[in-house]
Amino acid sequence: MDNLLSITTFIPAIAAGILALFLRGDDEAANRNAKWLAVAATVMTFIVSLFILVGFDAQNTDFQFVEDREWIMGFNYKMGVDGISILFVMLTTFLMPLVIASCWDVKVRVKEYMIAFLLLETLMLGVFMALDLVLFYLFFEAGLIPMFLIIGIWGGKERIYASFKFFLYTFLGSVLMLVAMVGMFVAAGTTDIPTLMNFTFETESFSILGVQIIGGMQTLLWLAFFASFAVKMPMWPVHTWLPDAHVQAPTAGSVVLAAILLKMGGYGFLRFSLPMFPVGSDIMAPLVLWMSAIAIVYTSLVALVQEDMKKLIAYSSVAHMGFVTMGIFTFNQQGLDGAIFQMLSHGFISGALFLCVGVIYDRMHTREIDAYGGLVNRMPAYAMIFMFFTMANVGLPGTSGFVGEFLTLVGVFQVNTWVAAVATSGVILSAAYALWLYRRVVMGDLIKESLKSITDMTTRERAIFAPLVVMTILLGVYPALVTDIIGPSVAALVDHVAIAQAAFEATTQMAQN
Amino acid sequence: MLSQDLNTILPEIVLSLFAMGALLGAVYTVKDRAAPLLVWITSGLFVAVAFWIGTTGQGTTTAFNGMFVDDAFARFAKVAILLSAAAVLLMSQDYMQKRDLLRFEYPILIALAVVGMMMMVSAGDLMSLYMGLELQSLALYVVASLRRDSIKSTEAGLKYFVLGALSSGLLLYGASLTYGFAGTTSFAGIIEATQDDVSLGLLFGLVFLSAGFAFKVSAAPFHMWTPDVYEGSPTPVTAVFATAPKVAAMALFARVMHDAFGNSVGDWQQIVAFLSVVSMFLGAIAAIGQTDIKRLMAYSSIAHMGFALMGLAAGTAFGVQAMLVYLAIYVAMNIGTFAFILSMEKDGMPVTNIASLNMYSKREPLKALAMLVLLFSLAGVPPMLGFFGKFYVLQAAYEAGLAWLAVAGVVASVIGAFYYLRIVFFMYFGAEHDDHLDTGGSPVLWGFLVASATVMVIGVVNLFGIEPLAAAASVALVN
Repeated sequence: MDNLLSITTFIPAIAAGILALFLRGDDEAANRNAKWLAVAATVMTFIVSLFILVGFDAQNTDFQFVEDREWIMGFNYKMGVDGISILFVMLTTFLMPLVIASCWDVKVRVKEYMIAFLLLETLMLGVFMALDLVLFYLFFEAGLIPMFLIIGIWGGKERIYASFKFFLYTFLGSVLMLVAMVGMFVAAGTTDIPTLMNFTFETESFSILGVQIIGGMQTLLWLAFFASFAVKMPMWPVHTWLPDAHVQAPTAGSVVLAAILLKMGGYGFLRFSLPMFPVGSDIMAPLVLWMSAIAIVYTSLVALVQEDMKKLIAYSSVAHMGFVTMGIFTFNQQGLDGAIFQMLSHGFISGALFLCVGVIYDRMHTREIDAYGGLVNRMPAYAMIFMFFTMANVGLPGTSGFVGEFLTLVGVFQVNTWVAAVATSGVILSAAYALWLYRRVVMGDLIKESLKSITDMTTRERAIFAPLVVMTILLGVYPALVTDIIGPSVAALVDHVAIAQAAFEATTQMAQN
Repeated sequence: MLSQDLNTILPEIVLSLFAMGALLGAVYTVKDRAAPLLVWITSGLFVAVAFWIGTTGQGTTTAFNGMFVDDAFARFAKVAILLSAAAVLLMSQDYMQKRDLLRFEYPILIALAVVGMMMMVSAGDLMSLYMGLELQSLALYVVASLRRDSIKSTEAGLKYFVLGALSSGLLLYGASLTYGFAGTTSFAGIIEATQDDVSLGLLFGLVFLSAGFAFKVSAAPFHMWTPDVYEGSPTPVTAVFATAPKVAAMALFARVMHDAFGNSVGDWQQIVAFLSVVSMFLGAIAAIGQTDIKRLMAYSSIAHMGFALMGLAAGTAFGVQAMLVYLAIYVAMNIGTFAFILSMEKDGMPVTNIASLNMYSKREPLKALAMLVLLFSLAGVPPMLGFFGKFYVLQAAYEAGLAWLAVAGVVASVIGAFYYLRIVFFMYFGAEHDDHLDTGGSPVLWGFLVASATVMVIGVVNLFGIEPLAAAASVALVN
C-alpha cells in the first residue's frame, strides 16, 4: 500500500468524475443515485483512511506513508502524514459522510451539489497531506472554487454578496502567501516541506523604506503566511467574511466550513509558521496572543446580541479559534496540544451545532431566534441533542470542549498571565451566549402558532448526530486518545522551535556585546 | 550561400506562395464559394508548417547576413503562432458563414499576417523587424473592418490603422535614432555598440522602440485602441487579435530587448517593469465595469500582457522562459474562451452582453462548466494551468530582485478575479428568466471549448512538456 494517501485523497474526486460524466438526467432516480454514490464514496474514503490510522506509528515523529514523485518546475508530488496532520485527515474523512447525509433533502441540482462536496473533500484531504509547498497551495486555494459555488448556488438570500466576499477575502490573503512561497523557493531552492522545516531562513534585520524589520526575511515571510492563515482561521479583525459566509451557506456548507475549512488556518500555523519561521513567530507572538484574547472577548460579546442563530454560532467559532491561535503561539507542549485538541473538538461540536440549526431550519425555513421558543414541548430528542452540544460548546468538563480550552489556558498561563486572564473571562461569556440562545429557542412554553405542528428529529437525523455525540464524549473523558497520537510530533516541534529561537537570541546578544 | 538562406526561410516562402497562389486562383475562379474550403486548407497548412518547424528545426542559423534568425526561440513562438492561428481560423468559419462574412480574402489575409508574424519573431535586424511588423499589421487592419456595412467594424479598422500608423511612426523614429547612434541596424551590431556604455541617443531610440512594441502588445499606457477594436471587429477577428499577434509582438519585444539591447538590461528593465505594473492594474480595474464580454476580454488581455511583461522585466533567461510558458498558456485559454464567445447567440444573432448569460448553466451544463474552468484559469486560481503561468513569472520577477513587482502582480490578480467571478455569477447564481441564449451550436466551437478546458485541468500533470522547450528557447535568446 504505497499509495494509501493518494488513494484516500482521490477516491472522492473519482466519484465526482463518475457523477459528472456518467450520470444523466435530473429526475428523482438520478438524484437518489447521486446521493448514494456520494455516500458510498465518502464512507469508502473513511474506511481507507482507517488503514492510515492503524498503520500510523505515533512514536515516530517523521512523516509516514510518504509518496514522492517528480512533478513540474522542480516541484514534487509529495504526500505524507505526521502526528500533527493525521488527525485532521481523520476528522475530514469522518465528517464527510455525515455532511453528505445531512443534505438528503436538497432538491435543486443535486448532482452538482454532490460533485462540489466530493471535490471539496479531495482538496481538503490534499491540504492536510501535501508535503510540497506548491502542492499545498494548489489544494489550499482550489478549495475556494467549490465552496464559492456551494455558497453562491445553494445559499440563502444574500448569497452573492457572501460568496464574493468569501472568495476575494481569502484569495487576497493567500496570494501574499504565494509570493512568500516563491521567495522561499528562490532562497532555499526547493519546495519540499520537510527540507524547508529544517532550513533556516535569513534572520538578519534590514530596513524597508525606513522601517526596521527585526528578524528580517523570516519576519516578512511569517507576515505573508500570517495574512493567509489569519484570514482562513479567521482571526479578529479579519473575521468579517465568516459570519456572512456561514449565514448564507446551506447547512452542509456551513458544517464543512466550520468543522474543516477553518482548521486549515491552524494547521498552516503548525506546519509552516512555527517550524519554518521560528524567529518570526517568536517576534510576532505577543501580537498574536493579544489578537486572540481580543477575539475571544470581542466576538463573544458580539455573539450575545445576534438575532440569527447561524451568525451566533459563527461568532462563537471565531472565539473558539481564538483559543487555538493563542495555544499555538505559546510554543509549549500544553498550548500546542490544546490547540490541536481544540480544533478537533470544535470540528465535532460546531459541525453538530450547525446541523442542529439545519434541523429546525429545514422545518421552519428561518434562522431567526425570535421565531422559535418552547421547542422542548414538541421536540424532546432535539432538545436533548442541542443541550448536549451547547454544553460542549461552553466547555463543560466531560466533553471535548473542556479539554481543549483548559490545555490552551494552561499553556498561555505560563507565557503571559494577562492574556490568560482575559481569555478566561471569554469562557464565561461563551456560557452566557450559548445558554441564552438555548433558553430562547428551546425552553419555555410553546406559544407560537407556527411551531405547533413541528415534528421531532427523524431517524436519519438522529443517526447523523449519534457519531458526533460519541466522539465528543469519548474525547472529553479520555483525551489521551488524541494526545497520544499528537504528543511526540508536538514535542519534536516544540523542541525545534525552542532551539531555533535560542540560537537567534544568542546571535543578537553577541551582536549587542 | 543563397540556397542556404532560402532554405532557412523556406516555411515563410511556402506560406507566402500559398497565399498568393490562393488569391490568384480564387479571384479568377469561384471567388467566395471557395472560402470554406480555403479556410480548411489554410489551417491545415498552418498545422503542417508548425509540425515541420517544430520537428525539423535545429540549432541557430542566420540568413541574409543576419537579417533573419532561425533559433529555438523563434521556433517556439512560430509553433505557438501557427497553431493558434489555425485554431482560430477553424473556429471562425461557422460564425462567418452564418453572417455572410466569409470572403475568400479572409483566410488569405490571415495567412499573410501569419507570415508577417513569423518574420517578426525571426527578425535579426531593424529592417526585417519593420517589414514583418507592417506585413502583419496591414493584413490585420483589413480584417478588422471585414464587416464593411457595419459602422463599428469600419471604425475599429480605421482606429486600429490610425493608431497603428502612429505607433509604427514611434517605432521608426526609435529605429532611426538607434541607427544614427549605433551606426547599424543589425541587432548584432547594436549589441556591439552598447558593449561598454549606452549613449543618450541610443537610450532615446530604445525608449521609442519600446513604446512601439508596447502598442503592439497592447500594454498600458498604449492600450487605448484595444477595447474599441476588440468590440468593433467581428468576433472571430477579435479572437485572432487576442492570440497569435500577441505572441508575435511579445516575442519580438523580447528579441529586441535581449538580442539588441542585452547589454543594457538595467536600462530597459525599468521601462518594462513600469509597463507591466500599469497594464496589470489597468486591465484589472477597468474591466470591472464592462458589460460587453468582448471589451472585458480586451481588458483581460491587457492584464495578461502585463503578467507576460513581468517575465520579460526580469531580464534573465528564466524570465524569457516564464514569458513563453505564460504566453502559451494564455493562448490556449483564450482559444477556448473565444470559442465560447463565438457560440453565444440568440435567435441566430450574435450576443456579447454578459448579462445574457443568465443561468446559462441550467441549459448547457457542460459548456458552462468548461467556461467555469477557463474563467478560473484566467483568474490564476489553482489547480488550473493559468496559475502555473503566474507562478512562473512571479518566480522570474522575484529572482531578478523585483519582489515589489511580484507583490503588485498578485494584488492586481485579486482585483482581476472579481470580473471573472462576475461571469460565473451570471452563469450559475443568477435569477431564472425566459430571456435566454440559444443552445446547441457548432460542434467545432464546442470541441475547442471543451478541449481548451480539458487542457487547463490535465496540464497540471506535466504542462504538456513545454517546459524544456521553453527553456531551450530562452537559452537560445539569452546567452
